[in-house]
Amino acid sequence: MADINARDMTIREINSRVKELVKEGQEVRILDPQARHNLVIGVLQDCKITVDGSVGYLCASLLDGPDVTINGNAGWALGENMMSGRITLTRNAGASVGATLRGGELFVGGDAGARAGISMKGGDLIIRGNSGFLTGYMMQKGRIIICGDVGDAVGDSMYEGEIYVAGEIGSLGSDAKEETPSEDELLRVWETLESFGITERFQFKKVVSAKKLYHFDALERFEKRVV
Amino acid sequence: MVMNSSQIYSPWVMEDIHAKADLGRYRIRGFSSFQKVTHFDDLTFLSTGLTRIPLEGYKEKCSTQVVIGEGNAKNPLVLETPIYITGMSYGALSRNAKIALGKGASEVGTATCTGDGGMLMAEREASEKLIYQILPSRYGVNPHHIMMADCIEICVGQGAKPGTGGMLMGVKVLDHIAEMRDLPTGIDQRSPTRHPDWLGPDDLPIKIEQLREATDWRVPVTVKLGACRVKDDVKLAAKAGADAIVIDSMLAGTGASSEILLDHSGIPTVPAIVLAREALREIGMYGKVALIASGGIRSGVDVAKALALGADAVAIGIAALIALNCNRDIPEANFEEEVGVPAGMCHHCQTGKCPVGIATQDTELMKRLDPDEAGARVANFLNAMTMELALITRSLGKSDVHSLEPEDMAALTIEASAMARIPLVGTDKVFGFD
Repeated sequence: MADINARDMTIREINSRVKELVKEGQEVRILDPQARHNLVIGVLQDCKITVDGSVGYLCASLLDGPDVTINGNAGWALGENMMSGRITLTRNAGASVGATLRGGELFVGGDAGARAGISMKGGDLIIRGNSGFLTGYMMQKGRIIICGDVGDAVGDSMYEGEIYVAGEIGSLGSDAKEETPSEDELLRVWETLESFGITERFQFKKVVSAKKLYHFDALERFEKRVV
Repeated sequence: MVMNSSQIYSPWVMEDIHAKADLGRYRIRGFSSFQKVTHFDDLTFLSTGLTRIPLEGYKEKCSTQVVIGEGNAKNPLVLETPIYITGMSYGALSRNAKIALGKGASEVGTATCTGDGGMLMAEREASEKLIYQILPSRYGVNPHHIMMADCIEICVGQGAKPGTGGMLMGVKVLDHIAEMRDLPTGIDQRSPTRHPDWLGPDDLPIKIEQLREATDWRVPVTVKLGACRVKDDVKLAAKAGADAIVIDSMLAGTGASSEILLDHSGIPTVPAIVLAREALREIGMYGKVALIASGGIRSGVDVAKALALGADAVAIGIAALIALNCNRDIPEANFEEEVGVPAGMCHHCQTGKCPVGIATQDTELMKRLDPDEAGARVANFLNAMTMELALITRSLGKSDVHSLEPEDMAALTIEASAMARIPLVGTDKVFGFD
């Protein structure tokens, strides 16, 4: 494993060094990140990266392939637009964790802020604790699994995808509805949790789109609907 | 009083009320604003005489090149003409239209832009220089595609519909478009208006840095704004670190928007450029951050006026589509039957029934647009605009289009004088200023 002591390095230097090392096939550990923004950006290969300490905004984003562990807290938009890979955050995440996630798995060991999983387009977002206001806002695909409570307006304006909540739901968002998950769905959720070391069999509620906002109700002359 | 003589309840106002009474919702259409507002036609150039010597209009060298992102990017965007094709999505436009725009722009050494909905590989292949747009929806955003871009544009707002997201009616959200955007097939797509991962001016520098880091600081990062509160927005975007700011006026076009936003939000292009220029001057960034104007630019003389007011480059949308064949009565089309209006009056992009194969996903309609022929028309049009721009510039005795300045013009109306901050013809007075 190659260590990068980030204390006296610029963001540019840290990210360049990370990319150089993973290209060489090395496992990377970043020490003393000082909660800085934009660490581990645009890494597009399978590799293993550990960050020992808290990180700022937009960290571990625009990724395709890496397995990233962050031993600390994260600011806004951790894992934004990840295509594939795995991100494990040991503590709490700020707002917009997993924003526009397209694939892979993103695990939050503590609580998540507002707009978790906003505009998600695939993948799994797993939150061990509670999640905030507008979780799953305009979600398009994928799964959000929340082992604790979720705030108001969950699943607001979601198109597709599934939100599983073990605790209390503050309120449903516009065009979201609550359903009882099937046994198969629960089994798959439990399996996913087990892969992150969570063996408790939570009884989840499931939130999905009510699909009442899919179309404008009326059309003008020459406008038409295809489904 | 005879009905229809009312200036308030005109026939088209009554038609609008009837339509809404039937629909129960706001109306949606394409094209651009139908409002009559102060525009470039209200300005005139003061060419040379005895006080200045002109350059030979057809022979002497006149530089048209513009470079964006020299300060930050390893590979700045070099455009041989200060006119490029603005972001219009694959989805709103057909595959053939996107390819044709790429071919046409490449022919003259300029760029085109992806728009919402992700990168169409055929457009990437057709475009020598391609700007990759990052919008609030993030439809189809892929870090591999970001790496393939020649410039990245963060779209905060569009002039045709500032304060709202994109719109694509279900008739265009066919399987291939739905798959690219991760949406259910056939839905009326109403995109987010706020970015998912950042919200305000304090966050924007972080987002810009992220995109620079993702691309190893290789390409420029620009910010596009709908022209509303121009001065403050431009200052904030410049302070955030943008290489260029695109100011998109209320005259900008769209494939689908609520009609009220098209006609009743934003400000015209002329004052938008002037306010943006003044904003950059006030913070000492004029000439350091490039200013790109868009909205209602139809000819080389419009470009010349935009540059004289302070823009470094312009982006065109509707004019490029018209060059493709938009609203042209081609033999294969029957406008009256297909969209209910004659050629020249069509603004029905949202219906997906584009009679000339541009704003459609219908494979039969798309055959009416040959990408090679259409690309050649776009290249011709861009060449014609560039020639017009150079012609005007030489007539003013200048050898670089970026030497054009407000002093080269006069205003034909009091309103234009006030908005452009230049004197009314026949007077020394700039209206609105002492």
